[in-house]
Amino acid sequence: MPDWKKAAYIAAQAADARVNVELEAEGMTLNIGPQHPATHGTLRIVCRLDGEQVVWADPMPGYMHRGYEKLCEVRNYPQINTLVNRIDWLGSFCNEVPFILAAEQLMEVEAPERAQWIRTIFFELGRQANLILFLGDVGTQLGAITPVFLAFRDREHVLNMIEAATGGRFHPNFDRIGGLKDDLPKGWLDETVGCMQRVEDFCDEIEDLMIGGTIFQQRTRGVGVIPAEVGLEYGLTGANIRASGVDWDLRRDAESPLAWKSADWKVVTHPDGDSFARCWVRLQEVRESARIVRQLCEGLPSGPIMAKVPKIIKVPAGEAYVETENPLGVMGYYLVSQGGLGPFRLKIRTPSFNNISIAPWVLRGVYVPDVITILASLYFILGDIDR
Amino acid sequence: MTATEAPAIEAGHHQRILDGLRRSLGGALLDSVLERGDLWVRVERAAWHQAFEAGKRQLGLTFFSFLSGIDWQPAPGLSGERTFKGEEADEAEESADEVAEVRTGIAGGATRFQVFARLYDVRRHVGVTLKADLDDADPRIGTVTDLYRGADWHEREAWEMFGFTFDGHPGLRHLYLPGEFEGHPLRKDFPLLSREVKPWPGLVNVEQIPAHLDPKNQPAPPAAEPAPVDEAAPAEAPAPAADADGGAG
Repeated sequence: MPDWKKAAYIAAQAADARVNVELEAEGMTLNIGPQHPATHGTLRIVCRLDGEQVVWADPMPGYMHRGYEKLCEVRNYPQINTLVNRIDWLGSFCNEVPFILAAEQLMEVEAPERAQWIRTIFFELGRQANLILFLGDVGTQLGAITPVFLAFRDREHVLNMIEAATGGRFHPNFDRIGGLKDDLPKGWLDETVGCMQRVEDFCDEIEDLMIGGTIFQQRTRGVGVIPAEVGLEYGLTGANIRASGVDWDLRRDAESPLAWKSADWKVVTHPDGDSFARCWVRLQEVRESARIVRQLCEGLPSGPIMAKVPKIIKVPAGEAYVETENPLGVMGYYLVSQGGLGPFRLKIRTPSFNNISIAPWVLRGVYVPDVITILASLYFILGDIDR
Repeated sequence: MTATEAPAIEAGHHQRILDGLRRSLGGALLDSVLERGDLWVRVERAAWHQAFEAGKRQLGLTFFSFLSGIDWQPAPGLSGERTFKGEEADEAEESADEVAEVRTGIAGGATRFQVFARLYDVRRHVGVTLKADLDDADPRIGTVTDLYRGADWHEREAWEMFGFTFDGHPGLRHLYLPGEFEGHPLRKDFPLLSREVKPWPGLVNVEQIPAHLDPKNQPAPPAAEPAPVDEAAPAEAPAPAADADGGAG
């Protein structure tokens, strides 16, 4: 290959990577993704390697950017509810709740108690569906094939319960300003309590098979340690920050009309801050979530499921920020209304965006196989990063 | 609105943060609102970094939640102002949009662009939204990445989506959009092309429904003429619809 061709090739590669590739003899640039199984969609990560070690890593989101914040400005509130379902697609119902709560706060509407309890139940079912898949998926990324089959098998039980009540397996679109679309079908509560047993069995199974195993622990312990102060600066939330020893869960710590405080459960933390801690905390969260659902199903109050709201929803002018503890971390909607049928501006604070923005910091100096471990344990969903 | 009017219910921590910010910023704290259990503080552009520093070092606001921007200029053609009138009406509309009034939100504002960010205290469980006005022609503000490393991506996003410049940011480059992208999509004057080329198909809609499709317009002509004859109304229903279509076309 002549020199000019080589130079042109290198220049093209560099332009493509959009990063400054320094033309030195040592080291290489490794491009992970956008279509890598460890990227949960299309996250691209450019790593500069020195031997087996990462010198720097630069995540490049945007392959799935759908411009939700712009789209929300030309839609009315019921339409946005459908749209935000698609942000974190594994726990869709959880995306609806903070948005609806923000709109309710500005309208000064409060849903009836029964609706709040059912919302909480679906919120937790969404969390289980999401985290069960994580527990299977993290195994796949570390080279264990079996857990993902167990995860898909048992997640189906949870999805069946969501589908039985809402009609949607992934995107329930069930929450409404002022309450819920429908009441629960007959016999649903008993079925759900039974389903929680399966979820707990899955947790035991995955603990025996994977999380408690030596191979898994050797791959994950001490890998990708994030100190609490750094995590907070980067805005890490959810299990990622609780695995660094920060005892903070909005379900317990924030004022919320939802019914978490009516159940007996605990916030799980881990002092280590490594990849193992993050996986372990999520496993325990599924267990706690199953406890919450079981208690709420047994104590569900009767009553109406919809407050009185006007047929055409207009939200009074004002600003509200509502955040909830979603499966991936803290999700918040900053809603700016000027009294119209749709929001004037809707800033969507998604957990994965902050959770993955720490990647350049945490990936510096690690070995290549650990890149996958760390990304898997940070747990992101592309729709949640790109919006 | 000042903080003194705010209700005292559960406002202890918010009040402490507000007092702390007022102490360290002085007159650079322009406005503050404490309502619905939440705190908004608007500071001067020059004191933006100082406010974050006080928040982090003195007031325990260690958690950086997000940073973004607002464009208060009402959008031409969005949010219900525009009706579908055909191409010839476009010029008249554009001139009408020029005079649209800018209404800023909570804690006020003096300019078109505002940058806002949220900090949180994970021990006392209290959050605050900070705001600052930016210059219309040259939206520019200091970076806070030296205090909160997580602000890096948020400032990059605000840079490409709103065109804000963050002085001192280590590398303002595109985050989501391709490198050659022109314009700032979240500014209100950036057209949403899918809505430009095709009017919205739904009947319940943010935009007004085109006149010739509006169900409200269709019963109007028959109601004026055969108003006394009530029994004939169902049979005649299709005819006026066709008439309205023809009239609009």
